[in-house]
Parts: sequence; structure tokens; C-alpha cells
Amino acid sequence: MTTISSALEQPAAANTGGQSGLLKSTLKVTRRALLRYVRTPQLIVLATIQMSLFFLIYRYMFGGAIHIAGMPYVDYLVPGFIATGVLFMGIGTATAMAEDLEGGFIDRLRSLPIPRSSVLAARVLADAALVAWSTAFTAAIAFAVGFRLHGSALDGLAAFGLVIVFGFAFEWLFITMGLFAGNAQAAQGMGMIVFPLAFVSSAYVPVSTMPGWLQVFAKHQPLTYMVDAVRSLTLGPHAQALLGHPSSYFVTRALLWAAAIIAVTVPIAVARYRRG
Amino acid sequence: MTYTIEAHGLKKRYGKTAALDGLDLVAQRGQVTAVLGPNGAGKTTFVRAVATLVRPDEGTLLVAGHDAGKDPAAVRRVIGLAGQFAAVEPAMTGRENLEMVAGLFGQTRRAAKASAAAVLEQLGLVEAADRLARTYSGGMRRRLDLGASLVGSPRLLLLDEPTAGLDPRSRLELWDAIRALVADGTDVLLTTQYLDEADHLASHVVIIDHGRAVAAGTPTELKQRIGGNVVEVRVRHGRDLPTVAGMLGRIHRVDAQIDEPTRRVSVRVEGSGDGLMSALRYVESAGVEIDDIAMRQPNLDEVFLAITGRPAENHDDASATVAA
Repeated sequence: MTTISSALEQPAAANTGGQSGLLKSTLKVTRRALLRYVRTPQLIVLATIQMSLFFLIYRYMFGGAIHIAGMPYVDYLVPGFIATGVLFMGIGTATAMAEDLEGGFIDRLRSLPIPRSSVLAARVLADAALVAWSTAFTAAIAFAVGFRLHGSALDGLAAFGLVIVFGFAFEWLFITMGLFAGNAQAAQGMGMIVFPLAFVSSAYVPVSTMPGWLQVFAKHQPLTYMVDAVRSLTLGPHAQALLGHPSSYFVTRALLWAAAIIAVTVPIAVARYRRG
Repeated sequence: MTYTIEAHGLKKRYGKTAALDGLDLVAQRGQVTAVLGPNGAGKTTFVRAVATLVRPDEGTLLVAGHDAGKDPAAVRRVIGLAGQFAAVEPAMTGRENLEMVAGLFGQTRRAAKASAAAVLEQLGLVEAADRLARTYSGGMRRRLDLGASLVGSPRLLLLDEPTAGLDPRSRLELWDAIRALVADGTDVLLTTQYLDEADHLASHVVIIDHGRAVAAGTPTELKQRIGGNVVEVRVRHGRDLPTVAGMLGRIHRVDAQIDEPTRRVSVRVEGSGDGLMSALRYVESAGVEIDDIAMRQPNLDEVFLAITGRPAENHDDASATVAA
């Protein structure tokens, strides 16, 4: 026992001031969340296969029946599919947050001498990394089955960045849900909010084909602005004809939505997290 | 006298339920304090308050001299928490888990490695150290969870029902680990529903009920207050229960308890062996058929009955569900 007690006394001195910095502690907790993804390959592989299948179904099964004036359906579909994919991944964020809370992991972190915000920041960072990976993967498949950028490569990169920003904003919504849900099942249930957002939007079909009352919602909800912003950047010259506005119109509105979502959900999430 | 925990008039409400209802409790330095009580007595809420996870509505709470309400950061530097749930990351190895927590305590990489290795050694997890925690047994996970609370070398260790749900062998192993810690001079606050656990580990026991302390003392003192042992008789036929209860009650001049579903009568007896013998003789002479008769240590229900004058109901209340 002597070796142990001396080893235990030693780190007490090494607990530098006892407070781990925000950046350091955030990175440590992020690493844990990422390891969880990487070391549970079933999760990622399954999600990736599922997503690819749905993509191919839209591309080759439904796609043949959907006609968009002036462009192949694949060019219309890909921005919508990628943006909704980000939303669907949010269900995982909400579930993971609720699991951590339910399982006591958050309690452990909250009892440690680290800034409390680092735990939420780590969740956002890890899931933003997942969004980036998944978006890159979907884009790769998309190019393989005929999707092309019609604007500049820079516009393409901007579209990619926009998706990440949008994903970041929505992460906060899902984190908030996870914090309020109480358990993983409830979090998953709350995640169903994704369905109306994804389908009552311009993601898969033009809004103008929907019944009038649905159009009101579909036109103004955040996902439609996001999808059309990405489209306006990837479709190049065709975009203006299809969408009726220049890309700046959609990009600013998509960014405003993202800012609004962050401005509302972050304080709620942080307050809820602090209250415990 | 320095106290490691000093709580005065702590109150915490969850909706209509008072999880803590004016709790007073002091825990001295250099010993294990056990908080004993039935489900929903407020044990978990109290530990969470000490761990700065719950802010009491009223009252004062000093942990190692720091005000938990005003300076929670100072409290977090000196405590280690292990909960009812094994809060370790299943997708990381035992070693990675410990090194992460050590790092979060602000230890340098090298110090974190050293303290993780020491804790693994101490808890007998060296062989499993580099396996993912999801391959661990329930008992191993609980030990790793305990390890995570130790790796920051806390002055005060908080253990919330550390052995709940463990099989008897893992329970004994965990007890050994906790005893070793105490020998090393760590203060421990633990909650438990089991009298024998408090008895084995703690030098000071506080019994709480409905969010208030109802008795405190050493295990021996408390046992003297409830006195002696319990003789328990299981009769073959339910109709004999009142007869046996009346008989045993008269002999020992206390009320005997009847548990109809299991056809058991139990009665507190002073002294040791002869209580069992005399009970056996009386039952035999009355011609009652019995399945079993035994003498045992009083359980928590009986401690409660003796101290509060009523049985400890296992009511599900807020402290367990809401606070989770």
C-alpha cells in the first residue's frame, strides 16, 4: 500500500491549481466522444450504409419520376439530401446527450474541477466532426453517381462550410432536447421533429408542387433556406433561374436562421445543464 | 475539531416532494461516515449537494471548509464522486478512462499516467487495464468507477450506494477496496440501504428519513439502541401466525412483526443464544409446525422500527427519480 499512497499523494501536487483550462478539458472530453464513435463501428457503418441506400433510392427510384426544369434531378437532390442528412444525425446527438445524462457520465464531469461549458462544447465539437465526415462521404457518393458542381470550386467549398455551420446550429437544438428528454428513448422521440422539417421542405421536391397550406411552412422554415443556399452555390448559372434569387439571398437567410437557432437554444441548454 | 462535511438545515424540494427537509449532519475528518436510509430518504440528494451537483434551497453546507453554494469550484477540487451508475466510458479502456479523469483534474500527462497506473494496481485492475471497459463485468466496472473518483487523489470520497445491484462477491471486493482507502487516510462519505454495509465500513452512521437525520452514532451505539438480535420463525401454516406472534411477543415483552406473504414472525431479543432456544421450545410446546427458525442481526427495517417507531417504507420518491 505504500507505493500506492505515495503515488496518490504525488498527483495532488500535480493538480495544477486544480482547474483544467476550457480548451484542454474540452479537447479531452471531445476525444472521448469521438473514440466512442470510432470504437463502435457498427453504429457508423450501419448509418453510412443506410444513408447511402436512401440516397441511391432517391437518385434512381424516385428520381426518375421527378422532373426539375433545366437540370438533372441528381443536381437538385444532392444539396437537399446532404442538408437533411445533417438533421437526421442530430437525433444521434440528442440520444447521446440523454444517455450521458442518464448514465451518470455527466454527473462525473460536473463534479470535476473543469469549466462546465466544456462538456457541452465537447459534444458539439465531436458531432460537428461527425457531420463533416458524413457530408464529405455523401458528397463522394454523389459525385460517383453523376452529381456535378456547376459553380466554382470555391462556391463548392463555401457550400460545404455552410452545411457545417448549419449542422453546428442544429446540434444545439438537439443537445437541448437531449438535456430535457431525461432518457435516450424520449430523446429519440423528440428527434422526430426532424421528419416534418426534412420532408416539408425543398430538399427532395420543389415546394411549388405541395398543397398551398403546406407551402407556407415549407417556404419559410430553416431547412429550405439552407438547402436553397447550398443549391445556389452548387448549381452555378442554373440557380438563379430555378430559385428566383441570387445566392446571397439564401445564404444570408440560412445564416440568420442558424444564428437565431444558436441564440435561442444555447442559453436554454446552458441553463438546463447548470441546474442539473 | 475539523469537519470534512458540515450541513445545517439543508432543504431541497422537487415539486411537492421535500427530498431534504432540514438535514443536519457533520462528518469528522479521518473517518468513514455512512448515510443510511431507505429509498427516497434523501441520501442521493444529499450526496449530490455535497458534490455540487444540486444546489440546496436553504441551509448551509461546508465541504472541507469550502461553502458548496458560494465556492463550488473549490469543493470540486477536493472531492471524488462515484455513483450508483458506473459512469465510465465503455468505449475506452480502463487506463484511458482513468487518465482522462486525471487529466481533467489538471494533472500533466505524465502525472496522469502515474496516478492511473497506481489506481489500477490498487483496485486489482492491472490485467484488465488495456481492455475496453465495455468488456468488464459489473463488479469490475464499479471498481473502475471507484478508481475514476480516486485518480484525482481527493480528500473526500463520495460514494453513492457503491454496491447497489452487485453480487455478494463483488460487494466484498469493493468493501475491501474502500477499507484500503480509508487506511490511506481518505475521508469517505457513503450512502447505503444496507445496515451490514454501514456496519462493515463506517465508524459513524447517520440514519436519515424523509430528508432529516433521525439518529447518529457509531454502529455499536446504534445497535445498542435497538438492542440485540432478531429471532425469525417461518411457520408452515399461515393460520398459526397470530399464535406465534403473540407467544414470542409475550416472552420478550415487545411487539412481534408478522409478514404474511412469507409466513414469517420476527421479534427483537436481548442477549444472544438463549433467545433462539427459548423461542424454539415455546413454539414446539404449542405444537406449531415450522419450516425454519433463525437468529440474525437486525436489518434496516428493524433499525427503523426501533428508532422511528414505524417501518421503513420503500417509497419511490423524488431524490431517486427526479435527481437522476
